[in-house]
Amino acid sequence: MSIPMNSQQVLDREYLEIRGKILEVAASLDRLERAAGDVAQDPRMTLIQQGLQIALQSNDAQGDSRAKQIQLLFSREYADSWRKEFEL
Amino acid sequence: MDYFDPHIHMVSRTTDDYEILAKMGCVGMSEPAFWAGFDRGSVDSFRDYFHQLTDFEPQRAAQYGIQHFTWLCINAKEAENVELSREVIAMIPEFLDRPNVLGIGEIGLNKNTKNESTIFLEHMELAIQYNQQILIHTPHLEDKYQGTRMILDMLTADSRIDPTRVLVDHVEEHTAAEVLDRGFWAGMTLYPITKCTPQRAVDIIEMCGGERLLVNSAGDWGPSKPTAVPDLILEMRRREHSEDLIRKVVYDNPLEFFSQSENFNFQPRD
Ligand SMILES: [Zn+2]
Repeated sequence: MSIPMNSQQVLDREYLEIRGKILEVAASLDRLERAAGDVAQDPRMTLIQQGLQIALQSNDAQGDSRAKQIQLLFSREYADSWRKEFEL
Repeated sequence: MDYFDPHIHMVSRTTDDYEILAKMGCVGMSEPAFWAGFDRGSVDSFRDYFHQLTDFEPQRAAQYGIQHFTWLCINAKEAENVELSREVIAMIPEFLDRPNVLGIGEIGLNKNTKNESTIFLEHMELAIQYNQQILIHTPHLEDKYQGTRMILDMLTADSRIDPTRVLVDHVEEHTAAEVLDRGFWAGMTLYPITKCTPQRAVDIIEMCGGERLLVNSAGDWGPSKPTAVPDLILEMRRREHSEDLIRKVVYDNPLEFFSQSENFNFQPRD
């Protein structure tokens, strides 16, 4: 489906919002660093880093959007053998 | 613009909310049975809840010109208690003839366990036996992708299920296309913290098109916004989408889906 607004209009509308969201993420990461202790080994930190990397890339080879790729990154895996495992 | 909220839990909301929704153009709503925030202890507790959904709530809505419909089940979270779930499933037919009952829902998965899947299948059987439509809750956050795939597996493995009479709710970027591709209806839930924002929901409409796609607020007792559907209408207007497309998603589509239920006697405004 076509989108009524062109990319220049989208950028004009969203620039300050995107800027604000990037700042929020950066400040959250700063907060983590300022706090006592070390969470570098927490697997959630790896997910956060991978999520940020996805946001910097373009759509993947299958044409999946960044949003979809990030959703899948934060998802438990699906195995089609689940019914056998549950004996259902 | 008149709109229909296809998934909202009004038992958890105040009468003031009905007034605000009516002022914003809400003319109809459907309320699936769900988790009350605590596990209920007995089948009678559900019987009382179903009375509330089929007697009291439609009357409260009618005072503001809103037509109220409902769906009955034991939700996925309490389905972990298989014994209680079976008692509730056996009791549901007492209510299926009530004038505002559209079908079985919101059934689904929560943590994607064996017990939840067992009770999902038994609800499916109930719906088939009584020729009821089905409204489905998909899990949240990291459980959503796996749970949605499991639910689609169970539905598509049974040839008696007509996908055009099933609404799969809470779809997001990683689940919407698969639900729609398999012929089901899909609902997007606009929820401030864990689910989809109006902006992302409009993105999904732009990517998937408006066919068989619904949008709801799922307003309940938690952090939620019952006026989320008008937020989506505003976002679509700000992005210069046509009034036809907006009306399709927030009014025509829900009416088309619900019209497949015998009890859907919705009267549009003149
Ligand atoms: Zn719900």
